[in-house]
Amino acid sequence: MKARIKFRKYGVLKFLGHLDVMRFFQKAMRRADIPVAFTSGYSPHMIMSFAQPLGLGITSEAEYLDIELAEPISSADALYRLNQTMADGIDVVSFRQINEDKKSSGMTLVAAAEYLVVPREAEATALREYNSSQPLFSAAFSDGIKAFLAQPEIIVLKKTKRSEKEADIKPMIYDFHLEPYGICLRLAAGSEANLKPDLVMETFLGFIKEEGKKLHYHRRELYAKNLEEGEPEYLSLEALGWEIPSLHYS
Amino acid sequence: MRKLALNDEILLKIEKPARYIGGEVNSVMKDPEKVDIRFAMCFPDVYEIGMSHLGIQILYDMFNRREDVWCERVYSPWVDLDKIMREQQIPLFALESQDPVKDFDFLGITLQYEMCYTNILQVLDLSGIPLHADQRDENDPIVIGGGPCAYNPEPLAEFFDLFYIGEGETVYDQLLDAYQANRQAGGSRKDFLEAACQIEGIYVPSFYETRYNEDGTIAEFCPVNSKAPARIKKQVVVDVTDTVYPEKPLVPYIKVTQDRVVLEVQRGCIRGCRFCQAGMLYRPTRERDVAQLKEYARQMLKSTGHEEISLSSLSTSDYSELKSLVTFLIEEFKGKGINISLPSLRIDAFSLDVMSRIQDVRKSSLTFAPEAGSQRMRNVINKGLTEEDILNGAGQAFEGGWNKVKLYFMLGLPTETEEDMEAIAVLADKVARRYYEIPKEQRIGKCQITASSSFFIPKPFTPFQWAEMLTNEEYIARAAIVKHAFLNQLNKKSLRYNWHDAEVTVLEGVFARGDRHTGKVIEEAYRLGCIYDSWTECFDNEKWMKAFENTGVDIGFYNLRRREEDEIFPWDFIDIGVTKEFLRKEWELAMNAEVTPNCRTQCSGCGAAVWKGGVCVESKN
Repeated sequence: MKARIKFRKYGVLKFLGHLDVMRFFQKAMRRADIPVAFTSGYSPHMIMSFAQPLGLGITSEAEYLDIELAEPISSADALYRLNQTMADGIDVVSFRQINEDKKSSGMTLVAAAEYLVVPREAEATALREYNSSQPLFSAAFSDGIKAFLAQPEIIVLKKTKRSEKEADIKPMIYDFHLEPYGICLRLAAGSEANLKPDLVMETFLGFIKEEGKKLHYHRRELYAKNLEEGEPEYLSLEALGWEIPSLHYS
Repeated sequence: MRKLALNDEILLKIEKPARYIGGEVNSVMKDPEKVDIRFAMCFPDVYEIGMSHLGIQILYDMFNRREDVWCERVYSPWVDLDKIMREQQIPLFALESQDPVKDFDFLGITLQYEMCYTNILQVLDLSGIPLHADQRDENDPIVIGGGPCAYNPEPLAEFFDLFYIGEGETVYDQLLDAYQANRQAGGSRKDFLEAACQIEGIYVPSFYETRYNEDGTIAEFCPVNSKAPARIKKQVVVDVTDTVYPEKPLVPYIKVTQDRVVLEVQRGCIRGCRFCQAGMLYRPTRERDVAQLKEYARQMLKSTGHEEISLSSLSTSDYSELKSLVTFLIEEFKGKGINISLPSLRIDAFSLDVMSRIQDVRKSSLTFAPEAGSQRMRNVINKGLTEEDILNGAGQAFEGGWNKVKLYFMLGLPTETEEDMEAIAVLADKVARRYYEIPKEQRIGKCQITASSSFFIPKPFTPFQWAEMLTNEEYIARAAIVKHAFLNQLNKKSLRYNWHDAEVTVLEGVFARGDRHTGKVIEEAYRLGCIYDSWTECFDNEKWMKAFENTGVDIGFYNLRRREEDEIFPWDFIDIGVTKEFLRKEWELAMNAEVTPNCRTQCSGCGAAVWKGGVCVESKN
């Protein structure tokens, strides 16, 4: 049986890289006695896969990993046990069962990511309290966003390890608007098309002549495309799973 | 949410920022208002090395069991952050509270190897603590040194307020109590040091003076404070079962060198190899109760979530309950995807059977440490391993499917001849020949024999403490002789030989047996920019040579001289139980290539029996 874990990563642990988060969860599973299944062979390892790696310095309330369970465990029990062994800056939000078929797991289904962007100095308060007596961005930003998005195309220099090439990122920006507590960005994510929030914001700051403004990025959700007809177009990865009741294994 | 000492800008710029954030699983947080003593425990190397050290984990756990103490950790900032901290004048901080080290009551620094000495100065300097103990005032932490290099603390004497000589589990409580008492009585720093020096095992260097002969050797070493004892007795945990052990070791976020549960099965070694300092320092050999070790294994795997457990000791094969312990570990944990690693095992039928059960034979290699190529040389160093043992062990291993063997040797040993050097290549070739004795159809391709040599460094408290070392050039010449001999072997295509750097060897030699004068060199090298000298990418021999030149300290005096029988050594004031007479007797035996039996076969009266523990009492039962 397969399960999906949603966790938050914040505070000092925004400095923990993706590989270290993987290591952290491997050890956490053992500490919490979660019955994760192993691969066979001489050096068995846990069957575990992570969604979309999070860049260093970014906080998140919607990180995901899928695991294969060797035996069932209830959502409530797993959640409790895992949170007994988390650290300051990382905790588990939900533990849900997901479909067994291949295309439901693995993280190939990630299609979009939503970020909240705040001025770097406002990170702690803005993210903890989700409100602010003062607007975090001036009204000029709102007009700037309108003008930015009104361009026919938004050409940037995309750098990869091997090369640099020009690309139009406009089709990958699904949403970009000002909220009372920051800027909301919903961007293409996953293996087909992927856009990093800092690339969007740097381009935008250049566009409105506010270069150099230091920003903090916070991931709010990861989405899959809704395969059913109609609304909504996207579903959070969490919404694709369901709670495992206690009776199942007692 | 914890506030970090470094800002986001810096943390996003440097390598592996998680080195500096603390907050690891099983780290200890306390309210600074509710503790009396703040202790910063430092391993003066990078985080990944320091976090792998069992001794710190033991002391961290032990100190934090006290309600009135909060022990935190400090490591050397890597060179990238070091530079930024200097530029921006950011004081060095402890990982847990992120508070500046300078505000602590104690800074304890573990001294594991000589090549970390400049990093000690880095830690003091970045903390804003004066490098010299005599420059510190009431606001500075008390700087304590401990660990194996504290057995010759003299090169570091000026930089430390006190040294703790021996195993940490014994008198730290007394020391901390004395600190509290002194503070409550309104005593000064000096009052505390006077109280501390009366605790067994505590050495306060400023209370002692050395007078030198004209030739530079020591004429006299004696206390100049009436409260200080003439001799310092090393601390020993007589019963290693009935003592503290960290049941919840820290679990680093980033991958460290020793990313596993470490189970210390025993302290000390019965073997008595004459080059080995640990083998003499940690006498008598003391075993931990196997039932308790099994329980620790279970608890520590559970509390850390590590996927590997390793047994630790100087010679694991000598642990009398090894079979029971290893069988337990395999049966209990192998099925749960836990790797079991068994370093320093003698290769025999039992260990081969165990290894074939816990690792992939085709991928792993076997390690032998004959240390010397010829039997004569092995007798000199009292390494009990014979050529027959090695060839038999290798033969069994080859028949069991292994085809990779590593052999470790030392070059530059006392009395070494060209024949002894060449014997290294001959022995490696014999191992290869043994492989090709197996019928071709049963072999898995070629074998791969890798021989490595390091250069021998005489250490204090060993029978070789009187021995002379060689020059850099001579070391390289000897390695070349061995290399050449390898080219003349029948199976040269299956053999590989590599050797360690000689420049570092020379420096380690100076500081291992150095006196107080050598401290100036360390300080000068640091001023010239040396840190992380044990890291090849940082080590700069030219700066070190310049430091010797600038301070007028002669390497030859420390390294190239055979010391006289009656010479007073800088470390003679420390009483490790093992007597200088015994060591001298061992030196004489070495010169005649005569061996001494191990502690279980026959007691040789080394002096460690004064502790009335471990193997010294078990043999009389």
